[in-house]
Amino acid sequence: MKTVEQIKAAIEAAVAGAGVEVVPNPSPSGQHSLRIEPGRAVEVARFLRDDAELALDFLSNVTGVDWLDREIEETVTETRTVTRMVDGVEQAVEETVEETRQRIEPGFLEAVYHLYSVAKKHGPVVLRMRTVNRTDQVELPSLTPIWRSAEFQEREVFDLYGIIFTGHPDLRRLLMWPGFKDHPMRRDYVEPDDFEYEPTAHDRVLERALAHQAASEAASTAAGEKASEPAEAAEQQGTEADA
Amino acid sequence: MAVDEGLKTELGKQGVFVTTLEELYNWGRRSSLWPMQFGLACCAIEMIATTMARYDLARFGGEVFRPSPRQADLMIVSGTVTKKMAPAVVRLYNQMAEPRYVIAMGACAISGGPFKQGYNVLKGIDRYIPVDVCIPGCPPRPEALIHSFMTLQKKIDGQHLTGKGRPRHLDAGARGEFPVPVYGEHDLEPKSNPGVWNAPKVRR
Repeated sequence: MKTVEQIKAAIEAAVAGAGVEVVPNPSPSGQHSLRIEPGRAVEVARFLRDDAELALDFLSNVTGVDWLDREIEETVTETRTVTRMVDGVEQAVEETVEETRQRIEPGFLEAVYHLYSVAKKHGPVVLRMRTVNRTDQVELPSLTPIWRSAEFQEREVFDLYGIIFTGHPDLRRLLMWPGFKDHPMRRDYVEPDDFEYEPTAHDRVLERALAHQAASEAASTAAGEKASEPAEAAEQQGTEADA
Repeated sequence: MAVDEGLKTELGKQGVFVTTLEELYNWGRRSSLWPMQFGLACCAIEMIATTMARYDLARFGGEVFRPSPRQADLMIVSGTVTKKMAPAVVRLYNQMAEPRYVIAMGACAISGGPFKQGYNVLKGIDRYIPVDVCIPGCPPRPEALIHSFMTLQKKIDGQHLTGKGRPRHLDAGARGEFPVPVYGEHDLEPKSNPGVWNAPKVRR
């Protein structure tokens, strides 16, 4: 099979403005991926499928990645002119200062496609597409028109990560119900506070359970008399449950 | 009132069969528990195995798996109940005719099991419907399911037709319908049925 660089060159020769970039994978597997421009993704995908030599006719897997905003610390050396007292006289002196600056690199969502060729028995070729950010510009083109097997997996990525695939024939939530508002696989997803009974909690679950306990105790002392009502109801229903 | 065992055996030797209505009634009920035919996850595979020749649940009168809740007496919650599935399970339970029983099979049906912290996993079906027997295990072996079946039969045998502990279908005041949770924006609403389940106090 062609190397990623060769595939990159082939794509760029075939599709103008494809904007392919190799994303290296430093692990021993060395499974480098190709990042493509969402604007030309459908053409690139069609080329990869229809090209006689690559013939990537099988889309094995679609998944999502959530990249949070990253705080990057940089050390910058800067030369600037400072007025300073030198030998009792005020002079302008050039000074080299090392400065650490922080900037925030905005996060994005990424869709990853693993392609194989059944005809040529090679693969995988890994494609990546990135959204502009992870809040309001989360559209990516759907590759379902090229590989039908992307349909359910793109729906899953839409459900769990919130990437909106434009051109998808039936983009509905797959695992969660239609009225669900969150995207559970996003890294900043917070589960609903249902930590009322965690008999063997530890680590993060223990933290949540303790927080829940503290909150519910505060609520029950605030409610005062109302707190006794559920206990009564439980007694009543207890006999029913035994029956 | 139960018949004295010694007297019963003695009369039996004479060809006289003595029993109570209660005993007869409970014997009838426990000997033909028809489970509902549905499975939720891998526990269902064990449940299927239980009904097959090697384990043969038919020996206990529970082989007639009914595809309709209207004809079933027993709901075996066999597997992970996802939050998306939970309303359907509660609705099916509501559609079952009394007397009806629930076996929570496996760690997931009891508490969410290994998936407890999952975003879409209900932390135990006992939050919405009354569970009669819980079987631990992941998944429980067919023997364990048979044991739970026998436990349930023992429970039915011990029920009285009158008095405080009588079955729900003989208690006109008992509510037969359990509220079905609705899909909320972030979770099921309500998170549990306080009439059925209240969080036990955990000492830390």
